[in-house]
Amino acid sequence: MVRALAPVLKGLAYGAVGYGVGGPLLAGLVRALGGSFPFDLELATGAVVGTLGWLAGVGVWDTWARGWFGLPLRPWPEDKSVVRYFRFTTDHKVIGIQYLVTFLGLFFLGGALAILMRWELMRPGMQLLTLNGYNQVMSLHGIVMIAVAVAIFLGGLGNYCVPLMIGAPDMAFPRVNALSYWLTPPVAVMLLASLLVGGWDSGWTAYPPLSAVNAPGQVLMIVAVVIFGVSSILGGINFLVTIARMRAPGMTWGRMPIFVWSVFAASLLSFIFTQYLAASLLMVLLDRVAGMSYFHFARGGTPVVYQQLFWFYSHPAVYIMILPAFGAALEVITHFARTPLYAYRWVVGGFLGIVGLSGIVWAHHNFTSGMPDWMHAPMLATTEAISVPTGLVFLSALGTLVRGRLWLRTPMLFALAWVWNFLIGGVTGIFNADVATDLHLHDTYFVVGHFHYTIMGGEIFALFAALYYWYPKITGRMYDERLGRVHFWWTFLAFNATFFPMFWAGLHGMNRRIADYPAALGAVNLWTSVAAFVLGAGFLVFLYNFVTSWVRGPAAGANPWHASTLEWQTSSPPPVENFPAPPAVVGGPYVYGIPRARHAALGAAGGRAG
Amino acid sequence: MHRPEAARLSPHELYNARLGLWLFIVSEAALFSAFIAARYLNLGTQRPAELNQPLGLAITAALLLSSLTAYRAETCIAHGDRAGFLRNTLWTLLLAVVFLVGVVAEWVEAFHLFPPGTRYGTSFFSLTGLHGLHVLSGAVLLLGVYLHGRRGRYGPEDYWPVEGVVKYWHFVDVAWVFIYPTLYLVG
Repeated sequence: MVRALAPVLKGLAYGAVGYGVGGPLLAGLVRALGGSFPFDLELATGAVVGTLGWLAGVGVWDTWARGWFGLPLRPWPEDKSVVRYFRFTTDHKVIGIQYLVTFLGLFFLGGALAILMRWELMRPGMQLLTLNGYNQVMSLHGIVMIAVAVAIFLGGLGNYCVPLMIGAPDMAFPRVNALSYWLTPPVAVMLLASLLVGGWDSGWTAYPPLSAVNAPGQVLMIVAVVIFGVSSILGGINFLVTIARMRAPGMTWGRMPIFVWSVFAASLLSFIFTQYLAASLLMVLLDRVAGMSYFHFARGGTPVVYQQLFWFYSHPAVYIMILPAFGAALEVITHFARTPLYAYRWVVGGFLGIVGLSGIVWAHHNFTSGMPDWMHAPMLATTEAISVPTGLVFLSALGTLVRGRLWLRTPMLFALAWVWNFLIGGVTGIFNADVATDLHLHDTYFVVGHFHYTIMGGEIFALFAALYYWYPKITGRMYDERLGRVHFWWTFLAFNATFFPMFWAGLHGMNRRIADYPAALGAVNLWTSVAAFVLGAGFLVFLYNFVTSWVRGPAAGANPWHASTLEWQTSSPPPVENFPAPPAVVGGPYVYGIPRARHAALGAAGGRAG
Repeated sequence: MHRPEAARLSPHELYNARLGLWLFIVSEAALFSAFIAARYLNLGTQRPAELNQPLGLAITAALLLSSLTAYRAETCIAHGDRAGFLRNTLWTLLLAVVFLVGVVAEWVEAFHLFPPGTRYGTSFFSLTGLHGLHVLSGAVLLLGVYLHGRRGRYGPEDYWPVEGVVKYWHFVDVAWVFIYPTLYLVG
């Protein structure tokens, strides 16, 4: 146990020392010399130096950085057991599982916070939280779930599957990949530790002027999100280079599985736009620790500028979340409809169209913020235009379903639910994009419903489709189909029961981000809360199924779905470096129902395509 | 895990490393663009008259010149001229120090003229500070390749660290080419 956790314990120790030296010690020294060192600044420097200490301890120093100083590296002994999951391991499959387990844990944490919020909202008046406590729970739920939504698909399934699907031995920069993952635990620690210094109450969006003056917990949130941003940027660059450069012979751009394309498109967004989130939060931090006047109202700052910069990242961010979900859902649909993906090229065009348009729609979040009037109409037009490339993705899903013979296993059920949920999420988005309707809907539960239909109903349902689909590949074992279906129907019905009434509540004046509401809205909130509890309980079925099946499920074999893409043509789980010999790709990825068509010719191991 | 440490990069890996660095540079450019945009969004093209223009011009000249010496350092090592590489790297480092000292001198003046709490001071200190941190990190990296170079680490077939650091240095220089007019010339 200690042997397994040695690097993590070392990282924690170095991290604690780093925090002590970079925070309290440095601050005390400056104060002793007569200088001023605000507590906010102490938290920020401590958190940054602490993160560097954590990284050094957890393996960056021993297995990487010593080389920069001409010192011999001290790699950990090779290990095939569970120990490697607690190390600075560079195998993309290990890193993918590290991401998946970490962020599923955070997903359940964020879900528990949502249950807490729904408990408070069950009846008018205050139940168990204070007003400020509700704000902190709501803020933490928001940022934790945003982090999950950004990282679980790209970091988890992207890492695990992309190199396999393009026939590569690993990512282009394996050590940078490990760095991307090991940057995320400090993010979780900081977000939770922020509660010790007053938490923060400004929501996941951290709008100034409030965020420039509230409790010091805001500082830890800012540092955490900036570090998470560094991780996203490095991950995005890694995916771009990997997909551009590491494809197997014959794997042309037009032969890549659609999930790979979606990861490519999402990485294009994350490696550029994440910087604007970092910049906007750094400006808030500078206002707090250096007395600057970006957004601080009393010093003449302009809070609306924050909203412009923040949404310049944070709207593309929802496409960073949803694009891999599109790819995974289409992937599952085409394999389980046993027919080639309908309009493959149009989907790729749709992905790239979303990438292009997503940078010019941000201000639809600011229709009520007092930004210049002339920005309203163009942002309305560009926002509604983005439904065209999104529609291409949709039509491809429908066309594939129409032409295929559906095999309704659990992954396919979740993928079909994705079609339904995202349709509702997309259609309700139009009312938020329209200035005239948005002026009434802004900051109501209508927006909460819309957002959760797209990200939870869209992304998370696609995530479960993908998790059930790739589970046998990742674990080598088959999950329990019966429990999978129970989980599906439970989640699908409870999800719609929870979030559909939110549209009604919003239209009837239920404001978002509030702990209390008029008594007239009691019935709809009680319904929503009870449905949310049922929804939350449903995930226990998933957890039970995945944990027990991993331990004692039946062996899955290399290709239980008889799927054509490369990840299924090697053993489950795949060996280190994935393929005995580089596969030679000779055709498109989905060769169902086409006589003599083949995707790839493989070496010794694995099944046969198509 | 997949390759022996300190081995020479294969042509394939070298290409990947270059592409990765270029993408990193594009990403960094986005960060600078956000701070530059905030300057114009917050206070348009207003600029205080008290700016020390000769000093600004001097540090700009030093930084631009350092790109030339950095380029020469890279070209020297590519042609196997180790002495020239070391000499030009030292010149680059020296110019970097000149630039940083100039920025510190600017800061001392600016603290009284337009402190960070003012609207111009906000953009001035954060842009020069953000850029200064990049110069500092570039200088540390230059020092690293200089020290490795002195021990004979690089040769004409194997100088990716030098190339990478020099490319990064050019980027830091180009960033200043946008920051300098934003702070000193517009308005």
